[in-house]
Amino acid sequence: MIKFESVGKTFGPKNKPIRAVEDVSLAVEKGEIYGVIGYSGAGKSTLLRLVNLLERPTEGRILVNDRDVTEISSKELRHLRRRIGMIFQTFNLFNSRTVFGNVAYPLKLGGYPKHQLKQRVEELLRFVGLEDKADQYPEQLSGGQKQRVGIARALATSPDILICDEATSALDPETTNEILKLLKKVNEEYNITILLITHEMHVIRSICDRVAVMEQGRVIEEGNVFDLFANPQKQTTQNFIGSVQNDKLSPKLLEKLKRDHKGRLFRIIYKDGIASEPILSRATKKYDVDFNIIYGSINELQGKLFGSLIVEFTAENGKINEVINELGESVEFREVIDHES
Amino acid sequence: MKVDWSTFGPRLLESTGQTLTMVLVTLVVSSLFGLILGLLLFVTRKGNILENRIIFMILNLFINIIRPIPFIIFLVTISPVTRFVIGTTIGTWAAVFPMAIVASFVIARVVENNLVSIDPGIIEAAKAMGANWFQIVFGVLVLEALGPLILGLTFITVALIDFSAMAGTVGGGGLGHLAMTYGYQRFDSSVMLVTIVILIILVQIAQFLGNRISRKFLRR
Repeated sequence: MIKFESVGKTFGPKNKPIRAVEDVSLAVEKGEIYGVIGYSGAGKSTLLRLVNLLERPTEGRILVNDRDVTEISSKELRHLRRRIGMIFQTFNLFNSRTVFGNVAYPLKLGGYPKHQLKQRVEELLRFVGLEDKADQYPEQLSGGQKQRVGIARALATSPDILICDEATSALDPETTNEILKLLKKVNEEYNITILLITHEMHVIRSICDRVAVMEQGRVIEEGNVFDLFANPQKQTTQNFIGSVQNDKLSPKLLEKLKRDHKGRLFRIIYKDGIASEPILSRATKKYDVDFNIIYGSINELQGKLFGSLIVEFTAENGKINEVINELGESVEFREVIDHES
Repeated sequence: MKVDWSTFGPRLLESTGQTLTMVLVTLVVSSLFGLILGLLLFVTRKGNILENRIIFMILNLFINIIRPIPFIIFLVTISPVTRFVIGTTIGTWAAVFPMAIVASFVIARVVENNLVSIDPGIIEAAKAMGANWFQIVFGVLVLEALGPLILGLTFITVALIDFSAMAGTVGGGGLGHLAMTYGYQRFDSSVMLVTIVILIILVQIAQFLGNRISRKFLRR
């Protein structure tokens, strides 16, 4: 659907180049939600703009529906852009047009038949839940409503692809979730491929199928969201996961725990649905070891359970080692020594 | 020397009409040229949709040369050109010509300033929807800037009322001419007072209308 082949983008003068994107190769498959995460300045926003050629790559090729976008004429490019909807962090609605006018604008550009226009716009507004706001101006709407208008406008020309530039970054957590749900609905009901960029791991965890982590213009890690959560390789990736997983103890809390709890502390990482089996209680019962869950969380990730717990075992060392051996076969297991572990 | 109001009244009316003609004709002509020049200035700006350094530099230079010249001096300096284009340097139409030139460049700058202040994200959104530069300029930019643009035009209308009074002193007719010949040169302060009051009323009406109309379009 969208394919980046060794893509690079350099800004600025030749003697002082700024390399925003470097040697990126990615493939976004049809019908999936693909997320690119990175801190600000990582190059993800530039990468996104290469897809509809708001920025022109300086190296490599970008294929959209098997066509190299860098080689098409400007007229073809305008047609291609109607096949790619785009939404923005700051919504970028036309302030001088009503909600109806905003959604109708791309249709008018595409020469949509006039007598069907009203019906189409109403249908889109119903889809995003704003049918009663058609005659209002953007200034009268809340942030979440503005983004809904942005989504309706992006979907007006029935695109195959929706690209989202930090679409929820200007919204509060509750509104963020509403917009994410709406994006999921767009993906499922219209089978639209979504490529989004974000700096919030929450967004990736909530709706993405696959993810790429970007740093300094490069993709440093890429893959299925569950796998990335389960087995992050790079420090940056671990930091992003830590921001939503909430599984690292603060040094202060750990010190207190070690003082108050006489047993040994272990971290158990659940993956791949094992969390549904009572392995912990089974193993500890077998060797007569007391356990106490102190800290951690188990979340749903792409329909599977995924989590990380800190557990205290109280018993003599020999028994604890038996439990460790048994559990080690099915879950990741390590002793908590400092706050990083 | 006391003015005879029975003959002066119609003169006053006629002069007010001349002033209004000068201002309105200049406004229409210069809005058209100013809008074109302003849009040209904006789109040829660095990093913009039709970036062109040479056109931008020439336009920019012209505006910066014409704007600081005091209008009354410009009026006199350009009179050979006025004679060539209009056929005379005296009368209402001879005043409209220099006024329109200056106003066009001022409006060009006002248009450019208002377009620059539009969020570039909005232009990006229109581009991403497949709009060409013509559609972006007339379907998005002009519409988005309309509210502040009307306020800018109001400001210029008020300046034009001022200009027209000046044009009057060099034979342009209108209230300025009246105030000079009947008021200043004949030492009749009552004529001065009346023309001043009429000018103030005209300015008030212009500002009121401008505010009213722009409010309809201001959306942020």
